[in-house]
Amino acid sequence: MAMMRETDARLLDTNRVAPLGEFGRILKRLNLDGPLLGGLLLICALGLFVLYSAVGENMRLLVNQMVRLGVALVAMIVLAQFPPDFLRRWTPWGFAAGLVLLVLVLTTGEVGQGARRWLDLGVRFQPSEAMKLAVPMMAAWYLHDRSLPPRFGQLLLLAILIVVPTILIARQPDLGTALLVAASGMIVIVLAGLPIRLIIALAVLSVPGAYGLWQLMEDYQKQRVLTLIDPNSDPLGAGYNIIQSKIAIGSGGLFGKGWTNGSQAHLEYLPERDTDFIFAVIGEELGLLGALSLLLLYMFVVARGLYIAMQAPDTYSRLLAGSISLTFFVYVFVNTAMVTGLLPVVGVPLPLVSFGGTSMVTLMAGFGILMSIHSHRKLLPH
Amino acid sequence: MDLLSPIKDHHSERRLFIARVALASTIGILLLGGVVARLVQLQVVDYEVFAEQSQGNRYRIEAVPPTRGLIFDRRGRVIAENLPAYQLELIPEQVEDLDDTLQRLAAMKLIAAEDIENFKELSRSGPGFKPVALKLRLTDEEIANFALQRARFPGVDFQPRLIRHYPHGEATAHAVGYVGALSKADLERLEQSEYAGTNQTGKTGVESGYEAALHGDVGYNNVVTNALGRRVPADSRDVVDALPDNVTAAPGEDVYLSLDLDLQLLATEALRGQRGALVAIDPGSGDVLALVSAPSFDPNKFAVGMSTSEYSALQNDLDQPLFNRAIRGAYPPGSTIKPMLSIAMLETGATNLQHTTMCIGYFSLPNSTHRYRDWKPEGHGEIDIVNAIAQSCDVYFYELSVDLGIDNIHRYLDMFGLGHRSGIDIRGEHRGLVPSREWKQNNFSGYDARWYNGETVIASIGQGYMLATPLQLASAIATVATRGERYRPRLVAASQNTVTGERTLYPPERLDDIRLQDESHWETVILGMHEVMQGAKGTARAAGANAEYQMAGKSGTAQVFSVAQEDEYDEDEIEFRLRDHALFVAFAPLENPRIAVALIVENGSSGSRVAAPIARAIMDEYLGYGDDAGN
Repeated sequence: MAMMRETDARLLDTNRVAPLGEFGRILKRLNLDGPLLGGLLLICALGLFVLYSAVGENMRLLVNQMVRLGVALVAMIVLAQFPPDFLRRWTPWGFAAGLVLLVLVLTTGEVGQGARRWLDLGVRFQPSEAMKLAVPMMAAWYLHDRSLPPRFGQLLLLAILIVVPTILIARQPDLGTALLVAASGMIVIVLAGLPIRLIIALAVLSVPGAYGLWQLMEDYQKQRVLTLIDPNSDPLGAGYNIIQSKIAIGSGGLFGKGWTNGSQAHLEYLPERDTDFIFAVIGEELGLLGALSLLLLYMFVVARGLYIAMQAPDTYSRLLAGSISLTFFVYVFVNTAMVTGLLPVVGVPLPLVSFGGTSMVTLMAGFGILMSIHSHRKLLPH
Repeated sequence: MDLLSPIKDHHSERRLFIARVALASTIGILLLGGVVARLVQLQVVDYEVFAEQSQGNRYRIEAVPPTRGLIFDRRGRVIAENLPAYQLELIPEQVEDLDDTLQRLAAMKLIAAEDIENFKELSRSGPGFKPVALKLRLTDEEIANFALQRARFPGVDFQPRLIRHYPHGEATAHAVGYVGALSKADLERLEQSEYAGTNQTGKTGVESGYEAALHGDVGYNNVVTNALGRRVPADSRDVVDALPDNVTAAPGEDVYLSLDLDLQLLATEALRGQRGALVAIDPGSGDVLALVSAPSFDPNKFAVGMSTSEYSALQNDLDQPLFNRAIRGAYPPGSTIKPMLSIAMLETGATNLQHTTMCIGYFSLPNSTHRYRDWKPEGHGEIDIVNAIAQSCDVYFYELSVDLGIDNIHRYLDMFGLGHRSGIDIRGEHRGLVPSREWKQNNFSGYDARWYNGETVIASIGQGYMLATPLQLASAIATVATRGERYRPRLVAASQNTVTGERTLYPPERLDDIRLQDESHWETVILGMHEVMQGAKGTARAAGANAEYQMAGKSGTAQVFSVAQEDEYDEDEIEFRLRDHALFVAFAPLENPRIAVALIVENGSSGSRVAAPIARAIMDEYLGYGDDAGN
């Protein structure tokens, strides 16, 4: 336990001057993690910068997004104040409530853009977003007291915990969120030590599984997969997004066409340029360098998250922190791979950059949990 | 810690976790590496391809129609001009309910209900952002009415355009023609790309014949467009750095007609209320000085567009106002061909100055009792060639035609251009007909395919199968006037480049002369024609009286054999429409002739009484002895 002691000793040194001086002390008092916060704010700043161009230099929409960002930061700070133990105790209740809300969405939810995703509880709210956190929390909660790696029976139960909300969300239909929710749960299991053999077996089984999924998919979802395979088959229909997105990114070249100078974006060739396809605007206006810079910032945040996870003192915190960090990575990967035409168009926004509120609040809440895990370590009983 | 659960080995669990994080990081880096590789492929390797595609995306070439050249008469007076007008246009993609919109426009009387289907088809055939012209010229009242209702018609608006305008309307309609909406057939005939921005083209007359010069060259604007193909306002054009240069449209050339507007107006007035045609030619150049067909129509209606019913009313009019009688009307020329036949008879030796014939009012072929009647029942008595022309003695020509024979008749009339298109520089000419043995062989069968002497007899007075257009007659008489010099008739004498101001004069096109063995035969015939108008017994001496210059003429009267669409006329009307056509050909002065005229008045009965005065008035006007010449 030498490593542990050493860490504890360092953390117990409350007089140790934080690298950022007075500001560092404020961060510490608010249970916030400086490097993580710094990375996130840089991403948000770059995001707002690009968004201003993507929404057609509309200041009102930009302010709108800044307000959302503020709300998300507040959610992050609030969640950072709850010790992981507290969160863990409330996890089963939160998960159950989430499931009830999902059922409510399917039966009474509001319809928007052909899907039933919203619930009006005073504020409009997507329960599926909350499940992005509730599912990995539930999986981590279940594994917290158990000896790892999990045994087969436990895995089965975990599978049910993950599959039920996933199917409920997929039925809305919201394939993108369903896949992310499933991924966040799966990541917990993999991090908990799912045997490598089983992972390989699952990968092999995914072939017939994919076929089954295909049968379950809605027509528009099938169309998305088909256009990925050959976007030029229907250049003005389903393949249009991908073609225009590739043109935007490709024509950006190394250094881009310059901020607010993207012709693809500004002449309305690029659909959903302020939401799911904003990465194409970055590629077009800021070029390869801009896109790589953003990816680098994302990787810094993921790395910091994984560092926090590795530093976490207990199973619940560790698994949850790992899942939150890696899910964030999945977000980034799925969106960028989709916009560059490597994956089907699944409707996953670029985290912290795409226009829109709900996913940003969820993400920041997740990072709040990460910060809480990091800052409350010394209080834990281990 | 729950002591009932299996022992948790925190240390090994942590190691396991770190191993899994390492695994996940490895996979993550590989996946991200895929995205980065993809970015490099798109932005570095295939950069050129995508850069070009994005450039092609954002600008569109928009055609700029050239301004159509103007048309002037020989003295520079405006015959066709371009006036600004407001045009009602519909942009299909901006219209929510096309059917409903058109119905409501029809209810406002802005378009005709009968044209709705037509507009619907037009709206659906082109790209959605290309405007469809609904009405080419709105009145001030219509503009005001529509402006009030504008909000109810999304996608419909009025736009300023240039509209062709003919200030002298019907007086020049047949010669100058008119412009109308480009049709599919036009586009097959014309260079498609040149008409990318144009929606009208010359349909008839000079407007059609000189389309290439008048139209000009299309220009191109490279405009920045968004994904919907719509033009982007200028202030957002800065997103595009280097557009190809625009090409300015080159305006069409101005065209100067050979027509003399005064003659044209005079002839139009002279034929008002009649059906007929008049062609006046400058014998020394082939310049057409006047070309009139009556009744006429208002060409401005074509330029601003008319409804289907207006058009069919014009087309179905019994008097056929759209029919250009001057070049398309093929009539039996009657006695107007006698001067040309006289040349044939003199040249072939069928007659000479001394030869006389005893005219007793009719002629019969040997071994036949059929009487070919002279117009003068009591006969002209003993008569020679000059008097036969002057008094239009039919018997003289009947008798000598047998000696002359149809082959010679055909050969000489052919030399004068009869039976051929004159080659005038506008389209739609009728070729007329000079019968021959060969022609009859080819167009008839059995007994009818043979040529009979009786047919030669009636051919000698321009009846029977023979047909000629007023233009052909004018051209033939011009040839007599010049004593054998022939020019291709033309309506356009010059053009002017409107940019450089450079003027191109078109030299007259001289055709093969008619060379006679004895040039004095011209003078004999011309003397006869002079007697017609200014001799003591001339048939048109009334029309030639009191002239300060010497003139030559020949009257003609053509029998009408049948009337088309007889059931539509009442009795009196049939009788009227069966009356003979009155023809007259003339030229003046006798020496150095400056004008040759041919005209026909349908059902005018008498060439010398009805047609000759019109020819005289035209010659007076042109030679400076007109009514207002002294003023």
